[in-house]
Amino acid sequence: MNPLEVKLPGVTLKNPIMPASGCFGFGQEYANLYDLSKLGAIMIKATTPEMRRGNPTPRVAETSSGMLNAIGLQNPGLEHVLAHELPFLEKYDVPIIANVAGSAAEDYVEVAKAISQASNVYALELNISCPNVKHGGIQFGTDPDVAEQLVRSVKAVSSVPVYVKLSPNVTSIVEMAKAVERGGADAITMINTLVGMRLDERTGKPIIANVTGGLSGPAVKPVALRMVYEVYKAVNIPIIGMGGVATVEDVIDFLSVGATAVAVGTANFVDPFVCPNIIEQLPAKLQQLGVSHVDELVGRSHR
Amino acid sequence: MIQQEKMKVVRQQLVANHIYELTLEGSLTQQMNQPGQFVHLRVADSYEPTLRRPISIANIDQEAGQFTMLYRAGGRGTDVLSLKRAGDEVDVLGPLGNGFPVEETAPEETALLIGGGIGVPPLHELSKRLNARGVKTIHVLGFRSEKDVFYEEAFNKLGETYIVTEDGSSGHQGFVTTLIEEKKLAFDTFYTCGPTPMLRAIDHLFEGKKGFLSFEERMGCGIGACYACVCDTTDGGYKKVCSDGPVFPKGVVAL
Repeated sequence: MNPLEVKLPGVTLKNPIMPASGCFGFGQEYANLYDLSKLGAIMIKATTPEMRRGNPTPRVAETSSGMLNAIGLQNPGLEHVLAHELPFLEKYDVPIIANVAGSAAEDYVEVAKAISQASNVYALELNISCPNVKHGGIQFGTDPDVAEQLVRSVKAVSSVPVYVKLSPNVTSIVEMAKAVERGGADAITMINTLVGMRLDERTGKPIIANVTGGLSGPAVKPVALRMVYEVYKAVNIPIIGMGGVATVEDVIDFLSVGATAVAVGTANFVDPFVCPNIIEQLPAKLQQLGVSHVDELVGRSHR
Repeated sequence: MIQQEKMKVVRQQLVANHIYELTLEGSLTQQMNQPGQFVHLRVADSYEPTLRRPISIANIDQEAGQFTMLYRAGGRGTDVLSLKRAGDEVDVLGPLGNGFPVEETAPEETALLIGGGIGVPPLHELSKRLNARGVKTIHVLGFRSEKDVFYEEAFNKLGETYIVTEDGSSGHQGFVTTLIEEKKLAFDTFYTCGPTPMLRAIDHLFEGKKGFLSFEERMGCGIGACYACVCDTTDGGYKKVCSDGPVFPKGVVAL
């Protein structure tokens, strides 16, 4: 038995490690560096119905143990993703979790319906938590009723399970988690970035052209862990945990608070080999912890 | 092919005001085939600072397995990098991006190389390679002030070299574009690297000419995955500076 194998709604993964959406493009860049089939899954960059140019630059800024970004959902559009990006990934033995975004509910429905029919897409990740676009994204991720309704609409058209990516920029992430579960979400992915700022010390003006950006990287891990811990107790659907994961120890932490699988984001930018490296280190780590399967670690903080 | 390697510091020295020259050794050097590419350096094993630092390649010595970079210290990452000494290791990802095409200038033709500040270094390896194929090179190098000038002698050895400083404390006073107009420098191809305002001025000055411009932008991953460093193109689309560039033919990027 593969000690790393984990089951998520709609798909069994050979290991619990996947690159997080927005931190891995559509895989092509990393395919030049290592065999993508090593990954448990890939969460591809958010896809919207139309091509998006994103926000003006500068749209990244480094911070203490982290970074801010305000890319603004730049992507080549649904049609291009279906015709080029997903077919490219077909040559790898890796399930795709397709991140779906839009400005209006109809956008989510349109993308979900089409992209869920691609042969290598095993689940959707509804992006109701992007903090960097004026319309869509976050507005669906901060109001529980709106979120619940959106999930219901997408569930009605999707051919694969629907996971929902939650924003940490809310008063109660537990209420949001419960709402999307009521709407029929098959799993929760969390957390997206925390809204933040960085100033140019000379001018006192924000460095990011969008003024604010989403904070990611090791700096956010304590917040992410706390939130996964709380949501795990409140819902009955599985969680894919993420937020500042950079080492195998971080992965163990997320499993412990209740994540079934773990996504790696910003760390891919710093060490492009971080995902395969963590996967390689996991078996020894399990042994060190005296467990024979990753499942045994899931939720152990609560026991 | 992009590689990641812990490369060994051969030497590091201060060559101008806050400008360090750093030579590294390792097998990754064998992958460097084009002037104008860059490397992405991780200066510490921790996530403080978080991101890598993109730095251009100034000199490649494949026989020795060494390459040299010049960078300006003064930020959180470059200050840490400036403390590295011979024998220390630096985590290098590279070579990255698309460099300057030397084959676009035929032997016997003349290439005009224009650099501004920390955009000057990649022109050194470029000039070496152009000269090696029999191209005549003219160099126009702009700096803020005398204390910022570096590699004047190295460029002098490769061809006619003009130093321009904003305050006139070294070479000619003014901007690189004023000198080019004044001297009526004739050339077949131009190659340039420097701050965007300088690239914009050159782009306008050389309307209708063949040339290649190397761009700077804040980068995240350096390999095209994070979409941080995009620029607008003249056809209404976009390009990623790190992986589609940093060098683009004149006319591609909207300036």
